[in-house]
Amino acid sequence: MKHTLQQVFRSGKFQLGFVIFTTIILTVIIYPMIITDPPLSIIGQGTFFPPGIYVSTYDAVNSPTTYTLNLRDAAAKRIANRLSKEDRLAMQEWLLADGVPASEIDINDTGKLLALWETKYDPKAKVEGMTFARQRYFQRVNASIQGIMSTEGFTLGVKNPESGVLEETGTINQSDFVNINQVPNVRFLVLGTDNFGRDVLTELISATRVSLMIGFIAGLIATLIGLTLGLLAGYIGGLVDDIIMFVTNLFTVIPSFVLLILISFSIGQEQRGAVTVAIVIGFTSWVWTARAVRAQVVSLRNRDHVNLSKLSGHSIVHIILTDILPYIASYVVMALILQISSGILAEASLSILGLGPKTTEVPTLGLMMNWAMIYQAHVQGSWWAYFPVLLTIALITFSMNLMNTGLDQVFNPALRD
Amino acid sequence: MKGYRKYFLNKLGWFLVTFVFAFILNFTLPRLMPGDPVAAIVSRLAQGMSNATGVQAIYQQYADLFGTNKPIIEQFFLYVRNVAQGNFGFSFSQYPRPVADVLASSIWWTVCLQFPAIIVGWLIGNTLGALAAYLRGGFDKVLMPISIFVSNLPQFGMAIILLVVFSITLKWFPVAGGYGFDLMPSFSWEFIWSVIKHYQLPFFSIVLIAIGGQAIGMRSMSIYELNADYVKYARFLGIKDRKIIGYVFRNVMLPQITGLALSLGTMIGGALVAEIVFSYPGLGYTLLNGISGQDYPLISASTMIVTVMVLVANFVIEILYGLIDPRIKAAQAD
Repeated sequence: MKHTLQQVFRSGKFQLGFVIFTTIILTVIIYPMIITDPPLSIIGQGTFFPPGIYVSTYDAVNSPTTYTLNLRDAAAKRIANRLSKEDRLAMQEWLLADGVPASEIDINDTGKLLALWETKYDPKAKVEGMTFARQRYFQRVNASIQGIMSTEGFTLGVKNPESGVLEETGTINQSDFVNINQVPNVRFLVLGTDNFGRDVLTELISATRVSLMIGFIAGLIATLIGLTLGLLAGYIGGLVDDIIMFVTNLFTVIPSFVLLILISFSIGQEQRGAVTVAIVIGFTSWVWTARAVRAQVVSLRNRDHVNLSKLSGHSIVHIILTDILPYIASYVVMALILQISSGILAEASLSILGLGPKTTEVPTLGLMMNWAMIYQAHVQGSWWAYFPVLLTIALITFSMNLMNTGLDQVFNPALRD
Repeated sequence: MKGYRKYFLNKLGWFLVTFVFAFILNFTLPRLMPGDPVAAIVSRLAQGMSNATGVQAIYQQYADLFGTNKPIIEQFFLYVRNVAQGNFGFSFSQYPRPVADVLASSIWWTVCLQFPAIIVGWLIGNTLGALAAYLRGGFDKVLMPISIFVSNLPQFGMAIILLVVFSITLKWFPVAGGYGFDLMPSFSWEFIWSVIKHYQLPFFSIVLIAIGGQAIGMRSMSIYELNADYVKYARFLGIKDRKIIGYVFRNVMLPQITGLALSLGTMIGGALVAEIVFSYPGLGYTLLNGISGQDYPLISASTMIVTVMVLVANFVIEILYGLIDPRIKAAQAD
């Protein structure tokens, strides 16, 4: 046993898979200890906030100490950020109409564009063929650009609760800064928020945990059923074998995906919890294990050591446990790994069809995918709502398959590199 | 030919048995759903009606129409008779459209998308897998990890990635649907061109996944076979590598054909979900509509069609397999 384990861990593929998988498991365990927010609590008002650090504006304004930093490029950055795409295009349009060659205008270089605008733009100038309304439009654009470029600060005002008069309480200059450590309310949304305004990272970790659980339950059930049926069919043979093989063959050809859809649908939305879905997946995916175990047992049944055991008068249970199981253990473990990963995939597919666990209790990877799809996250470019989920699914199945391939190479020497 | 006939009849018998069983499952399971779908339709129709007897009358009429007030055994035989005439009843969610009509407009999209894609993916995957096993070295080292990773992506994941990269970011392909929103199905060049443009991305997403899975299987099979005694013996005899590879390839193809038959169900299931990502007007999308509309006649019929598709494809593959593999005839002749 020890020797086998050593051999397994020497396989590069197994190591890689094992490291990825353990990392995922550890993250799932440790993260909720540090961040204890409930994963389904809705914090954002609105959909798909992009990832980033969110600083409370109110707290920042009311920060006890403000610092004055005179940064050289602060104004330029501010203007570049506030000059919208439409304004830039409008400026380009006017400049082109004014006769500036297109090669001189670069709407992405804010400094140059503004300098050009300053020198060329004249509100009174009449451009050939431009309507009056269009001219007014450019005057408005110019006014907003002048507004952006002003160096004045903001005045803070508070309404007097009695008279309703606005009273000045302070000013904010353009060179005022606060230290983010002194702002009491800062939230780092590593992966932004989803369509309901939930923190995607917290939700994702919780979903990964639930999906892994679904995979484990489904895999264990499928392997147990498959192993039991395979052992019975292979070892006892005869009528038992015929009946089991009939059922197995039947479910081999009827796609398990169809069964999964039908059973999940018939259970109904209300009764479908995560565990129920896991059990349904387990009960529809044992076929492969049963077939393979049976084939192996049939070939083992008439080996010398099994016959010897029979002659010694051992019971069937004893023979199966000591003379047959150890020989197929490696195979069963590999099958279990594959079942777990395909269970996770099955849950995801079901959820996309709208047949996943009911949506109010726990998130799963499939449900997160489903929500992102329904709210068109992929069309809107909100990658944080679906890509991390896909990546997690892929990493889980990838790591499990790597471990499986590693095991396969250890136990099937012909496949070794 | 006698051995083959026995094989054929055996397979045909199995086909029929599984068909009957699948039919019963497809009929019964969705009808076990809790809740009353007829009540849902009636409440939708009778919105604002305050006359209770009127609502009751409408309910009665629909229950009669859909046959939901009869015992389930009677419903079953009625259903069998109707299906034999190509009548799957009315769709609940798209009433008064019959289910057969809904399916007729979606089934060909799925058939024309999935079968070519799976076959192309299978062929390319097997070729790459065999090459990896034969060449080993750099080719193998690059191909294998990629194949493992690709085959572990769920179908819908591949679909989303292709969609985001090629349709939304690069804008090479349309984002959704089976043809342009502004077109009516017709035999014009414009329509056909639009269909081809919409076809490519779903097609490649299925092909890529199939390649990944098949390449891995083919590689292990080929490595195993290349180490077989007859190959070594043939090398000793000095037979040309090319010729040996030919033999090896033929032997390896047989289990891959069985493998295709067995993995077909999973592949089609995955591809149905991928269709949903592309809003492709096929069976996957119909199924989604049926599920969200609690429409069990539609679900029953679409899963039935999917099952029949898989069963028929399986049957065809097994029949072909019997023709290709001489051992089948030999075994049956005993």
